[in-house]
Amino acid sequence: MSSTPVGSVSATPILEVNQLKVYFPVKRGLIIQRTVGEVKAVDGVDLQIKHGETLGLVGESGSGKTTFGRAILRLNDATGGSIRYQGEDVLALRGRAMRKLRRKIGMVFQDPYGSLNPRMTVGNIVAEPMLVHKIFEQRSMIKDRVMELFDTVGLNRSMAKRYPHEFSGGQRQRIGIARALASGPQLLICDEPVSALDVSIQAQIISLFDRLKIEQNLTYLFIAHDLSVVRHVSDRVAVMYLGHVVEQGAADAIYRDPQHPYTKALLSAVPIPDPVVERRRERVVLKGDMPSPLNPPKGCVFNTRCPIAEERCFVEIPLPRTFSDGRQIACHKVVI
Amino acid sequence: MTAISDTSKEWELAPPLSTRLKGMFGSTYRAAKRDLVLAAAITVLLVGLFLAIFAPTLARTDYERTDPVNRILAPNSHNWFGTDNWGRDVFDRTIVGTRLSFLVGFSVTLISTVIGVGVALVISYFRVLDAVMMRFVDGLLAFPTILLALALISLIGPSVGNVILALSVTATAGKIRLVRGAVLSLRESTYVEAARAIGVPVPRILMLHVLPNIVGIIIVQATFTLASAILAEASLSFLGAGVPEYVPSWGNIIATGQGYIQVGFHISFFPGLFLTGTVLAVVLIGDSVRDHLDPRLRGRLRTTAAQQ
Amino acid sequence: MTESLLKVENLRTHFRTDGGLVKAVDDVSFEVQQGETFALVGESGCGKSVTALSIMGLIPNPPGEIVSGKIELDGVDLTQLSFGEMRAIRGSKIAMIFQEPMTSLNPVLTIESQLSEALKIHTDLSKKAANDRALELINMVGIADARTRLKQYPHQLSGGQRQRVMIAMAMSCTPKLLIADEATTALDVTIQAQILDLMKDVTEQSGTALLIITHNLGIVARYANRVAVMYAGKLREVGEAVDMYTEPRHPYTVGLLRSVPRLDSEKGAPLAPIAGEIPDLTNLPGGCAFSPRCRWAVDRCFAENPLLEETSPGKKVACFEHASVGLNV
Repeated sequence: MSSTPVGSVSATPILEVNQLKVYFPVKRGLIIQRTVGEVKAVDGVDLQIKHGETLGLVGESGSGKTTFGRAILRLNDATGGSIRYQGEDVLALRGRAMRKLRRKIGMVFQDPYGSLNPRMTVGNIVAEPMLVHKIFEQRSMIKDRVMELFDTVGLNRSMAKRYPHEFSGGQRQRIGIARALASGPQLLICDEPVSALDVSIQAQIISLFDRLKIEQNLTYLFIAHDLSVVRHVSDRVAVMYLGHVVEQGAADAIYRDPQHPYTKALLSAVPIPDPVVERRRERVVLKGDMPSPLNPPKGCVFNTRCPIAEERCFVEIPLPRTFSDGRQIACHKVVI
Repeated sequence: MTAISDTSKEWELAPPLSTRLKGMFGSTYRAAKRDLVLAAAITVLLVGLFLAIFAPTLARTDYERTDPVNRILAPNSHNWFGTDNWGRDVFDRTIVGTRLSFLVGFSVTLISTVIGVGVALVISYFRVLDAVMMRFVDGLLAFPTILLALALISLIGPSVGNVILALSVTATAGKIRLVRGAVLSLRESTYVEAARAIGVPVPRILMLHVLPNIVGIIIVQATFTLASAILAEASLSFLGAGVPEYVPSWGNIIATGQGYIQVGFHISFFPGLFLTGTVLAVVLIGDSVRDHLDPRLRGRLRTTAAQQ
Repeated sequence: MTESLLKVENLRTHFRTDGGLVKAVDDVSFEVQQGETFALVGESGCGKSVTALSIMGLIPNPPGEIVSGKIELDGVDLTQLSFGEMRAIRGSKIAMIFQEPMTSLNPVLTIESQLSEALKIHTDLSKKAANDRALELINMVGIADARTRLKQYPHQLSGGQRQRVMIAMAMSCTPKLLIADEATTALDVTIQAQILDLMKDVTEQSGTALLIITHNLGIVARYANRVAVMYAGKLREVGEAVDMYTEPRHPYTVGLLRSVPRLDSEKGAPLAPIAGEIPDLTNLPGGCAFSPRCRWAVDRCFAENPLLEETSPGKKVACFEHASVGLNV
């Protein structure tokens, strides 16, 4: 199995995350609040993204994938671990330095309706990162750049003076992408960027991401629950379950031959839009639901639903092991 | 998606505040030309303002001097609004009273709105400050408005300034609670999140992303404050904690008339009419300004206007 | 072929809005056979949900109204029934499952009381018998620890379990037709697979026909016998599911199929998105509503609206150019 990087992927990681933990305290009490527990949204995640590659982060709701993305931009506070962006210790940044980080990493949100301020013209929305980070000295240059960005994402320049409510979902997502690109970031965190869109519009936006990556030499962290979309965009994939990465490696390898029992089940649950193929597929349908992250199972987090779990899995937490094809899998039972 | 924007001009980067204000007033003025009710409301307020400034020079009688012979006269050609229980001309007292009522009403509204919104915006971003401030506000709100104002005035002494101060305190507490709630829910919105994600500093988030989106709530609350402040001033005066009875204010005249409602209905009726008119005018103007500040509604207003 | 259970003929459901008249469903005809799984596919605003609500007699009036057409269930025209008669049919002969299981269940009543409530309305079971049947149903839909679950409230259940309860409720009177309106859209893929399998199983066992309304072409491929593709209020293509994927004949169907990324495709395999936007229903383009986005459009398409016509046995297409349309063209 080969995992040679595709395109202009360089060897040095642009983002390096080690043992990241994000816990949310659960508080009870009307006046005197005490912490009664913790939701371990992200619990010891190691990930690297190389310059120029796309890392697809997949998982179901409650897996911690969104929290992970937000923690990189410091929108959620990390409880432990480290994040390095271009060698810089992200978790040590304070105040102005932290805001500067947000100039270098862009973010695209899921909800195209909620992520744009309804009281601002979309031109001003796209201009805001440049104003905030004082990227240009002259205001006229900002205007020119906004117009360029409108061209880049495929919006008509004359639309700049309109307000968000006048646009369709797909157009709004283009505006959101233009805003994310405005400060010239190298890494784009895309949190479910197409899941709120209709099928035909989804394909337009995915194609836009494809084109931008080449034109602007971008690196993506692509967070999504739609495994088919992730398949299309990703060089590498990491699968999250209940705060843990259970399997990561080259996308081709994982999709062709998933190893972790959860990855297997997840991939087999996605129906393929082709009745001839789909009706002949063998499927692993998981029993039950994902346990509450407030009260995760002991041992391997997947043991409550795992079809091949044995005694050991209920006691010992499996650590990620690196296999010959570079894949990392956190499962006691996988042998390649 | 239908395009309803003004297509005449090109997009400009965040225009300065002055042009934005001009645009807002211009748009209200254009709306007033179409909307007769709005035009009437603005007229009422302008007349009120005129009276507040010039009424003492317009009064034809000595509105503070008692004249027991002519007490409780029904409206007639000489006393247009009749006379009160001391024989004073109700018309003169009402128009002169405009000054005090406007002063108290608008001052309390302005002070409480500015301070209330400011404090709410700030504390909603600092958790510790928020916890402390909100318990204090809850404490203030636990008292009935008049009781609290009464207690304050008995401490600092009765005067117009102190009435404004006392009423502003209670009104501000209510504003802080209301606006804080709105800010907290807005802070969770994705566009505020998005603003944080691109590195917008907190003050700019508050002024540009939060404040414009709670303007509607603020305006509605302000019109409510205006009416209740004018009435509260009357209650305070009635209880002897405001201005002396002989000094005319709408509240004072209404309070005086209350005892004579069966024999001299007109005493309370006319200042009451002025009060109602003012509040109604402010509510209408407030609604209109709110609509014109909202791009979603603005578009709709324009299309309905085009259809008519 | 078995006889048809549901026959929708020239259905038009319109809404009066501030923005103008919305022809949400505009001259739609299709048939669902006894016991088959029929899928109605389309993107948001295409009218698929309004079609379902029209069948259920749940169109809010005003602003909506079934303007014309027939909806025949077992030969009875549902559009002619009184409110009371329709209520008797809803739940007993046709049942529906919605996208959001949380809002479809009453948060302050236990699962048991809601389940037996449905039974009491449509049957003359005693309270005891109704409770027994409720337990039976909960077991049928595969909820573990059924006795405890029955005493719980909706918020204590997961999204998947709530949807199972909805299925139990829908199947309580063994309806002839079960409508699932985006019933698994809000669920995670692993749960989605569970729920769809369950729905397929219970309907197969009782001979209930299943009408799946979805935007997900994968679900259709797995479960449907026949498919209708809807766009801007009209059916564009109706036919056998396998046929629809291998030999689509309407440009919109082709566009949809080529714009979804596939799990089994190679990385970076180019997508072919449909250009343009989904049209505003108050302001539809003239002629065929798809013409501005269509690669095959000729002059006639911009002027005239093509009708749904049989092009081969079991296949209907609404396109003037259907003969030249195909996946590899």
